[in-house]
Amino acid sequence: MSVMQHIWIVLGVLFVLLNIAAGLIWVERRLLALWQDRLGPNRAGPLGLFIVLADTLKLFFKEDWIPPFADKWIFITAPAIVVGSVLLSFVIIPFAPGIVVADLNIGLLFFLAMSSLGVYSIVLGGWASNNKYALLGALRGASQMIAYEVFMGLSLMGVVMLTGSFKMGAIVEAQKDMWFIVTQPVGFFVFFIAGIAETHRLPFDIPEAESELIAGYHAEYSGMKFGMFFIGEYLGITLISAMMVALFFGGWLGPAFLPPLAWFALKTFFFIGVFILLRASLPRPRYDQLIEYGWKILLPVVLANLMITGAIALWVRGE
Amino acid sequence: MLQNILPGGGVSLMFSNLRTMWLVFLHLFRKKETIQYPEEKIKLHPRWRGRIVLTKDPDGGERCVGCYLCAAACPVDCIALQATEDENGRRYPEFFRINFSRCIFCGYCEEACPTYAIQLIPDFEMGEYNRQNLVFEKEDLLINSEGKYPGYNFYKVAGMEAGVKAKGKGDNEELPVDVKSLLP
Repeated sequence: MSVMQHIWIVLGVLFVLLNIAAGLIWVERRLLALWQDRLGPNRAGPLGLFIVLADTLKLFFKEDWIPPFADKWIFITAPAIVVGSVLLSFVIIPFAPGIVVADLNIGLLFFLAMSSLGVYSIVLGGWASNNKYALLGALRGASQMIAYEVFMGLSLMGVVMLTGSFKMGAIVEAQKDMWFIVTQPVGFFVFFIAGIAETHRLPFDIPEAESELIAGYHAEYSGMKFGMFFIGEYLGITLISAMMVALFFGGWLGPAFLPPLAWFALKTFFFIGVFILLRASLPRPRYDQLIEYGWKILLPVVLANLMITGAIALWVRGE
Repeated sequence: MLQNILPGGGVSLMFSNLRTMWLVFLHLFRKKETIQYPEEKIKLHPRWRGRIVLTKDPDGGERCVGCYLCAAACPVDCIALQATEDENGRRYPEFFRINFSRCIFCGYCEEACPTYAIQLIPDFEMGEYNRQNLVFEKEDLLINSEGKYPGYNFYKVAGMEAGVKAKGKGDNEELPVDVKSLLP
């Protein structure tokens, strides 16, 4: 690949992702409305699509306020970290053969590292806000994300064992005959739950918990800084959906009547829809229930899965 | 152990969650509750308390007799009027003013009115850009209709003459007794 081609891929991925993240404002509001027997925004533009434009413009024109009691520079940096770390995670996602920013040897580890970095934006944002609700949200977010990092990492090890590689391209190629959802259902299940907790989406939006903590760690944020958290959340959904597709649902693989990229996009949008359905249907668990659920159920389950997968993998190889 | 952590019992809870998600998903195909307002109108019932009007009797005269009961009943004091009389002694309001930016559409004025003159009708589309336009004068309030009580004419059943009917010629009214006659 030439340098120019590389730059085009980077720019293309960035362009598409940021547009998807913004477009999800509309997708989420419409889908949520439909599931609640409403219609949702349908006035501005065809099917109400210009609501994205209206929302973005509104965010840009809002007062960009930094509270006088806040720690100014950390306060400013925090929203950038979440968008930055999530966008960096997309580096290793193989959208189609050849369309990947960097198919690293340690792709999966890079993804896990970047999603851990996302914790910083919550902790720093909540701490710099100098507000009790923000701090509580940050504490919850930190413990939730650090706990669920563990299961997220462990749940993916089964896939790595079966493939024998951390490289995302190799993982997708290894699903030519059978998707990993068939051989690793438990891994998928745990990864899905951990993914919801990592993106702190409903029902696990405990760091935000608007009914308890106002808006949690971003209570003090307004204008485009809040917009960055918002975009970060939507990018997070897209990232986890794309990872689920690449790791368990055969990535770009699919019948030949559609191009690989279309298959990848279709599957990803399906999971984005599932994320929104989760928001529409499930109530938020209590904070201690979430952590207990993680350590007392998911950890043993994922460890057992790891052990059994390892044993079977060794047995199949005849060692 | 699962039961301790998840109320309702571990694994079954998992499936109940999936069932919840499925049932919520099915709402995609339900009829939507939304009424797309400017194109689609909401159905207003006949007794809906909306814009206030002043009605007329079957003969086309104003029903309002300027008794001030509506103004007294109004909890937000949005009704102002001044009663006067014509040459026949028939009372009517000289001016009648309702400030709809104050009105809370409680309907007490309608209940207080002894002549069915003031009535609330099913119409709520009164939006204005200028607050002053919400002050309705008598010519804005008067309508050419008998409203909810057709056929009712206060001066036909009242004892007064007031130029509407002669003494004893009203509905259900007997002729005055001739006190100077000996006949029973």
